[in-house]
Amino acid sequence: MSEHAAVGKLKQKFSDAVLDVVEYRGETTITVKKEQIVAVSTFLKMELGYNFLCDLCGVDYLGQSPRFMVVYNLYNIALKDRLRIKVPVEEKDAAVDTVSTVWATANWHERECWDLMGITFNNHPDLRRILMAADWEGHPLRKDYPLQGPDRELYQGRLQ
Amino acid sequence: MGVEKTLGNNVLTTSLDKLVNWSRSRSLWPMTFGLACCAIEMMAAGAARFDLDRFGILFRASPRQSDVIIIAGTVTKKMLPVILTVYEQMPEPKYVIAMGACACSGGIFDTYSTVQGIDEFLPVDVYIPGCPPRPEALIYGINKLQEKIMAERNSFGSVIGIGERISS
Repeated sequence: MSEHAAVGKLKQKFSDAVLDVVEYRGETTITVKKEQIVAVSTFLKMELGYNFLCDLCGVDYLGQSPRFMVVYNLYNIALKDRLRIKVPVEEKDAAVDTVSTVWATANWHERECWDLMGITFNNHPDLRRILMAADWEGHPLRKDYPLQGPDRELYQGRLQ
Repeated sequence: MGVEKTLGNNVLTTSLDKLVNWSRSRSLWPMTFGLACCAIEMMAAGAARFDLDRFGILFRASPRQSDVIIIAGTVTKKMLPVILTVYEQMPEPKYVIAMGACACSGGIFDTYSTVQGIDEFLPVDVYIPGCPPRPEALIYGINKLQEKIMAERNSFGSVIGIGERISS
């Protein structure tokens, strides 16, 4: 399969920001530097027509460095074309610039990502918890969060 | 046809407790409050096929008019304050039925977000096992609650301010 049309244009415009391009079963994933995510997003929306942010989520690769990835699933409604952008995030500096200025729907998605993964979004207009109770402590979808909650003893297995 | 003869001006003797208990247990109005899939079975129990109305059980849309709250489903920690508020808004005497595995013990959801049994927070009168319990099971549980109410003592006295209601 030929290279995704957006890859060349993105490499041309942001030659230093594109870290990796992976194509698997017709799905193209571009990893970019997190400092450039707002510029890349604006370019993808305004110039290449990716006008819909399907989903924004966080992934926890516990034990690896960088620990987190923020994944942006984009869709071009006019061309019926999908594209995935990833941003690596270090644990020590778990913060990414918000793209809610580009796609308004990112507002709630980023709240969810912060709520469950603990990745903060700089300049976010309203970074409150969205799924967990307002007074919740911790970020439960992190891989090192105890499944049964921090106030209970760890599950030792059914037979113990 | 029809009623050709009335009973006339007869007198029945009974104890006040029995009369009060009888009227309470035969007009159990549950709070309309569903949490998960158990609520679907609760709705089925209330609808035409199982017809809870024949037991005097009419779902009310306000806690102020309810006698019993059926905890029908998984109680999340985020939902818990809402349930407690609704329970506190119900007038005395009030009863709690824990319907299904989740309300009884947390069920399969042994996780950080789920309350491990509503009995940690509310005084449960009847536990109904099942995942979800069939409407027959809910009806059986309600019948058990009615039996429990019928066995109460001093239910009239507590209303007029003499002592407490004693449930056996």
